[in-house]
Parts: sequence; structure tokens; C-alpha cells
Amino acid sequence: MRVELTVNGRAVALDGHPMERLLDVLRERLSLPGTKEGCGEGECGACAVLLDGEPVLSCLVPLLQCGGRRIDTVEAIAHGPARGFVEDFVAAGGVQCGACTPGIVVTAWALLQRNPSPTREQVAEALAGNLCRCTGYEGIFRALARKDEDSHAPSRPGETS
Amino acid sequence: MTPQTSAIGTSPPRPDGFAKAAGEARYADDLAVPGLWYGSTVRSPHPHARLAELSWQPLKAGGEAVCVTARDLPGPNGVQLIDDSWPVLAAGVVHHVGEPVALVAAPSRHAARAAREGVAALYEPLPPVLTLEEAESLPLLASVAMETGAVEAALARAERVIEGTYRTGYQEHVYIECQGMTAWFEPDGGLAAVGSMQCPYYVHKALVHAFGLPAEAVRVRASAVGGGFGGKEDFPSLLAIHAALLARAAGRPVRLAYDRGEDIIGTTKRHPAVVRHRTGVSADGRLLAMDIEIVLDGGAYRTLSPVVLSRALLHAFGPYRCDNVRIRGRVLQTHTPPNGAFRGFGAPQVEFAAERQMDRIARALGLDPFEVRERNVVGPGDRLPTGQVLDATASARLCLEEAAARTRFRARWRECEAARPGRRDGEPLAGIGLSLYFHGAGFTGNGERAMRSPVIARLADGGRIEVLTAMTDMGQGCAAVFPQIAAAAGGLAGEDLIFAEPDTRDVPDSGPTVASRTTMIVGGAIAQAVAEVAGQVVAWWSKARAGGAALRLQGGELYAAPASEGLATFRAAASAYLAEVGPLAVTVRHQPPAEHSFDEARYQGDAYPTYAWGADVVEVEVDPDTLAVRPVAVTAVCEVGRAIHPVLCAGQIEGGTLQALGFALMEEVKVNAGRYLNDRLATYIIPTAQDSPRIAVHLLERPWEGGPFGAKGVGELPMDGGAPAAAAAIENATGIAVAEIPATPERLYEWQRAGEASAARREAAYGQDPGEGAVAETERPRAGQAAEPGASQPGQPEAAR
Repeated sequence: MRVELTVNGRAVALDGHPMERLLDVLRERLSLPGTKEGCGEGECGACAVLLDGEPVLSCLVPLLQCGGRRIDTVEAIAHGPARGFVEDFVAAGGVQCGACTPGIVVTAWALLQRNPSPTREQVAEALAGNLCRCTGYEGIFRALARKDEDSHAPSRPGETS
Repeated sequence: MTPQTSAIGTSPPRPDGFAKAAGEARYADDLAVPGLWYGSTVRSPHPHARLAELSWQPLKAGGEAVCVTARDLPGPNGVQLIDDSWPVLAAGVVHHVGEPVALVAAPSRHAARAAREGVAALYEPLPPVLTLEEAESLPLLASVAMETGAVEAALARAERVIEGTYRTGYQEHVYIECQGMTAWFEPDGGLAAVGSMQCPYYVHKALVHAFGLPAEAVRVRASAVGGGFGGKEDFPSLLAIHAALLARAAGRPVRLAYDRGEDIIGTTKRHPAVVRHRTGVSADGRLLAMDIEIVLDGGAYRTLSPVVLSRALLHAFGPYRCDNVRIRGRVLQTHTPPNGAFRGFGAPQVEFAAERQMDRIARALGLDPFEVRERNVVGPGDRLPTGQVLDATASARLCLEEAAARTRFRARWRECEAARPGRRDGEPLAGIGLSLYFHGAGFTGNGERAMRSPVIARLADGGRIEVLTAMTDMGQGCAAVFPQIAAAAGGLAGEDLIFAEPDTRDVPDSGPTVASRTTMIVGGAIAQAVAEVAGQVVAWWSKARAGGAALRLQGGELYAAPASEGLATFRAAASAYLAEVGPLAVTVRHQPPAEHSFDEARYQGDAYPTYAWGADVVEVEVDPDTLAVRPVAVTAVCEVGRAIHPVLCAGQIEGGTLQALGFALMEEVKVNAGRYLNDRLATYIIPTAQDSPRIAVHLLERPWEGGPFGAKGVGELPMDGGAPAAAAAIENATGIAVAEIPATPERLYEWQRAGEASAARREAAYGQDPGEGAVAETERPRAGQAAEPGASQPGQPEAAR
């Protein structure tokens, strides 16, 4: 089966099995390993990409669904419009090991497009499908729910909290 | 971008952060390797069986493929860790479900999985030993004991003797990046391995041992590491041998990259534990004697279990004073997958027990949880049961008081206790719980003294200082913290420094990235080494260019006096040094405090260089109908010596605290007949963003003179406190005395029912309120076992065990 799609702004034509996972297409055929596999069954969110601007889990999307559609991966998103957000995300302590981070960046960026100043609850809901094992999500909340008064930085002696 | 300071105590963005967030960091399975084949593992379906027949039938493999079994090993069939008793591949007998019996490799992942069909294995099942009760029949994997004072006499004198049995379950690491390793042989016969690991030199040692190669013929390199938590301490040694065996058979590079199911089935977990306490107390709640028994389920092979047990023993008494202490610990062998390193390394299990026992003591004596801790907490100059005299930074009391004050703990605990009986159906039950905990930073006992970890600092091209260590950044942040330490110690700017990749070809063996030792131990050696190199350059420049004037280095600039203009950049001076004098390299070895010593036979002495301290207050809401527990807020007050990078330091505590809540409330490896049943993230549930409470971290700093700028190790500390505080909060909300985790709703329901039944029996028998004996009323009777008394008088016989 031949599928034509747009990946990170580039037109791509691929021959492949219709059920080939978009995740594998990106990682192994298009040399875009920024999209990660954490579980292979849609539970962890590490493989999130944008499909026509909406976050999807690329481990659950078969190639046949991608014909004529636009895929944006973390590589393009982070170096494109989301650069400033990604820098803030790093500064807030949203990144530790980084294995979940590409999926979280993609999902969070989609959230910020709909809702530029989400509450902590809205962030938690949007990211409920993105598992992070390092941060306790606190650094991620700090980066995203900026108006949330309780998502505070850690306190040290001499500081009030 | 605004200029970033890298001063100690500031939080510049981590240098690897953007690359990770943009998908540019290369993890084990992201590396492009020409000519790569993929491996797959054939595993035992039986917990205990004789491997009657094992053959390779290439025609059934579906194409080009190779196979390796124990018969094909070039050297000893053992993974060299503390010994080599963990088989590389099963030979003759399998000892657990999932044990590797054969390896195959083929040109693609799919082909590799299909090639497993070519392996014919015939098993003759043998009777398995699956429970700790049955395991008494197998040889021990490890045992330790210590005693100080006169325990039996003190128990006999004590006004009350309180008994409790506590259990903790398996925990799976769930690093988001599964295990992965690629290996190949170079044309000259050298062996190379690259992958996700915490300890490049552990992998190196294991490969040297398994292949009988000289050390210099083996090269191990860590890729980006997508989380470790101990899970990439021991297991990558086995995985690297497997990948290298396949590479040898295939004559090309081979990668083993586990998917999640195989990662859960095939890799080590946290040891399940049973901890029994018998504590003699005075009427006012002082600890007079502790008798503690620790039993860990080691699974089929020893891995690192003896060291896990050591750390368990050395944290079992909690951060409390007690003169008469006896602890006996054993690791039992079962026909279940081997357990190994997991953040905390035995301490989370025993500190759960110690803290729940303190709560039990408080209830028996009518004290609140704060009071009983406050009366017994250790402080500077106090002696731990090991005889170690605590240094001036022993901050348990500070943490306890700060955590209680910030949360109004005592008043709110009393309010919840008082409100419990009057609550209406359907209203969520609120509870608040407290824990006090500590964690020994660095290797146990004489470990750091034996290793004396070296690091190297040397002048590199461009006049930079290159720092070489074997430490890996698995997320914890040494990629950010090491440059801060080095810059501050040397008077340098960030641009003056480069850090070598952890590659055994280049870096010295500065030890494993484990045991909360990276910042404190290796960071300390880095500070010395960099200061030494920078100092030699400055001394030379002074003599050669500045007429012997006293010079000072600050922010990478040389100054003659505080007010003067810069004379030169460090890099210019160092470049001149390289050109005119030649290369400069300094090796510094970690030097443990000279006055410290530890007697490994008696478990007496300075078990750790120092300790970090913490107190957690966890607030929960419990649904009275479903008993679902929602953690609402956590306050974690941790004393860490000095927070080099407060955002990353707090990040360790935030993340470790949530892992501890997962351990306490939801993470449950279900096992049937020796087989893990929930091998998926759909069934092994870890906390999501929606499950996560607000975690407020408060860092306290009492700089410790042995650590760089006062820093202590912090990585494992937060794993110790969350579970007992969460269990205490559930008890405060519901009255259910949680003595076992995970405290899932199903188990809480069972314990509540058992508690009601036993209270009803008691009322029927005595026709009165249980009163003080209420401590025991929610004890859960176990199958084949009488309910144990929560409190017994001296001389009363112990309950059946």
C-alpha cells in the first residue's frame, strides 16, 4: 500500500503494510527517533504526535489512517513555535530522564493551543494519558499551570511560602 | 536568553534538557547502527523445571537467524555482580518463570520474535517453592544480624511490649525507557556494548568475566538513560552479555530492546518484605528495646540481595534512639524471578515497618504520632544502634517540627480522629499521616573506603578542563550538578568545562551511579580535581607571566586583586600552559572521613558517611463506600546538606515521593504460580498526573563538611517516607490499621471487614468497648494464622507465626 502524507512539513510517500504503526514509520523509516515507545498499547503517551494538529498516540495509529494527513513530531514542534515553551518547561524542572518528555511536550503544546493558561486540574486532565516516572508531575505543573498559586517552587530556608 | 548563573544554590536549566525535550537525545533503542540485527529471548514458562531438551531447528525459525544457549557460552555461566551465581542462560534446570533459556537474533525485530519458533524446549516440571513460608526449605541467599545492649532484659523490664508485623509488596521500576543494549565485536576481537545503564563498569566487569577477555578489550558506553531507579543497576549486566553472545554468533551488531511486557516479566523488582517488630517501651513512650526480624523474598538468584539486606538492617530501627536493639535479617530463595536494586535498596521496606510500628506504639499508649516520635528522635551526638555517633547535621528533629508546624499536623490529626465515628455515609473521610525517615548516603559500610572512587580532571584543547567520571545521568541531574560543582570549586565559568561521556575506554571507574552517592561522593572528588588543575594553571601563570603575584580565579577570569581588571581568561592561561608546559591531568580519589570505621561482622560503626533526613505529612480522602484513597497533598521537609541545584534537588524529592505513594497505594505485582500476571501498563498501575497530589517540598540545609559545598546524597531519601505517611493517613481517616502495602481498596475492604468481625467478637466476649486494646482490633488475620496482638504484656507468648 502506498501512502502519501506530510511529516514535519515535508511531503512523504511510503510503501508499507497498511497496519504498520505510525510510531515505527517515524522512528525506523523516517529517522525521527524523538518519538518514544514506552508501552506499545496506548497507556503511557510517550509516542504522542500531532495528527492534523490533534495529539494522537502513534503506537495506535496504523499507516493506512495517515494518507493525506499532516503529522508533526516533537522534533519539529520543539524547534518551531513551541521553542520558548520548551525552554520554560526545562527551566521549571519538567524534564528529568526525558523518556516521557517528547510525548508530554507534544500533548502539552496541543493543550496550550486550545487553552493558553490552563489550571492545574486542566493540565492534569490533558496529561492524564502521559506517564512520567521521574518528576512526580510537579515540575510539569509548574511549567504549565503558571497561574496556579499552589504549584509553587520548592522553598528553602529564608524563603516564605 | 538571559544569562544563566551556575552558582551553587541556583537552578540553571539542565544542559541536556532541551535536547531531551526536543527528541534529540539518543537512548538505547534510538541509536542507528549499520548492519544491526535484533535479538529476542526464549523464556521458561515454568517456575521450576528440568530442561530436558533444548534444540535449535533453524528451518522453523522462518529465515536467517542464529541461536545461543548455555552450551554456547565462551566462559562462566554467571553474571558477575557481587558473585556470579546469577546464570546467563539456564542450564539443566530453570528456577523461575521468565528465566532466559535461549537467545535468537535475526535481521529485524519481527524476524527475531518469529525466530523463537526455532527453539524447541522440553521441560519436566519440578515442585516449586513460591512462598516465604515454604522457602525455609531452600538455602538462604543472605543473612545478617546485629545486637547491641541487652535486648531480652530490656524487654522484660519494659512497661509495655508492642508487637507488629508489616508487609510490603513487589514494586516495578517502570522507567519509561525499557531496557536496551547493543553489542558487537570489533575486527580486532574487542567487544563493545552501548545501552541504557547506571553503571558502565558493572557491565564492563560482567562482560570481561563472561567472555574471558582482557579488560582493555571490552568497551562499554552508556547511551542517554530514560530512567533507572535501580532497575538499570544490576540488570544491564545480564542484558549486555546476552547481546554480546548474539553478536558473537551472528558476526554483526545485535540489539536487545525489551518491550514493556518483556521488561516487566524479565527484569528485577523491589524485594517483597515481611518485617516483625517487638518493641519494649516505657509508659511515657520511650523506646527501651527493639527486636526486629526482616525477611526479604530474593527470588531465584542472589543478584544484589546481600547488599540490599545490609541497607535494610541499617535503617530498620528508624531515626530513633534506642540502647537495646537486635535485628536479624534474611533473604529467602524462592522459585520466582530474582529481585534486585530499586531506589531505597531495602530501606523503604523497613522504614515503612518502623514508622507504622511507631504509630502502633503511640496508639497503645494514647500518644499522638508527633509525640511518640518527638520523644525518641535522634539528634547530633546521639548514638545509632550501630554505635555510629551522629554528626552535627543530624536533622530529624528539625524536619519533624517543620513538617508538623507547616501542616498543623497535631491539631488536624486529632480533628480527624475525633470526626471519624460521627461521619455520615457518603462523605469522604479525611485523614492525615506523618512519617519521619532517614537515608544513609553513599555505599554501605566500608564500600566507599574500599572503592576510593577516582575522577580525572585534565586540560583539554582550547584550555578547557575536561572532567572524566563513569557516572550516568538517568534523569537525576548530574549533567547539571557536576558543572555547577566544578565551576564553583575551580572559580570557572560553565564554558571552561567539558564532561566526558561515560565510556569505559575514556573514563576511570568512579563507581556505579547508585546509593545516592553521585553528587556527594563523586561530586566531592570532582571539586578537588578541578580546583587542583585550575590551581596549577594559576600558579604557573603567576610565576611565568605575573612576576609571582598572588592571583585569583573567578568566573573563569584571572585577577590580581579584588578590584582590578581581569588579566586573562582561564582558557587563555590554560592554552598557554598546554603550549609551554605540556599536558596536565589530575586524578583525585574520594577520601572517606579518616575517623570513620565499620565492623562488617558485627554491624557496628559508621555505616554511612552521613545521613539525609526527612519528614512527610500526607493528607488523604477516602471514599467510605469504595475505600478508594485519594492523596490530596504531601508536605515533604527534607534536610539535604546543601541543595546544589534546588529545582533538581526538589525534583528528586517530588518524583521519589510520588513513587512512594504508588508503592503505598496502587502498585501491585500480581503473582500466580510464580508468574507475574500484570505485565502491562494497563494492568500495573502507576500514578498519573490526575492521581498526583500537590507535593510541597521544603528543603532544609545543614551543610555536611564531607560533601561538596555541604551536599548530602538525596536521590533515595524520598522513597522512604511517603508510604508510611500515606498508610498512617488512611488509618487516621478510616480506623483501619494499615500494616501492609499496597493498601488497595480491595485490601482495605478485607481488613475493614476483618476488623469489624474481630471487634464484634470482642464485644460479644467482654460486653464492653475495646478501649485501649483497639490497637489490635483491625489486625487482619492471615490464612492459617491467628491474629497477632497489637500490644502484649511482657511474658505473654508471641502469637503463632
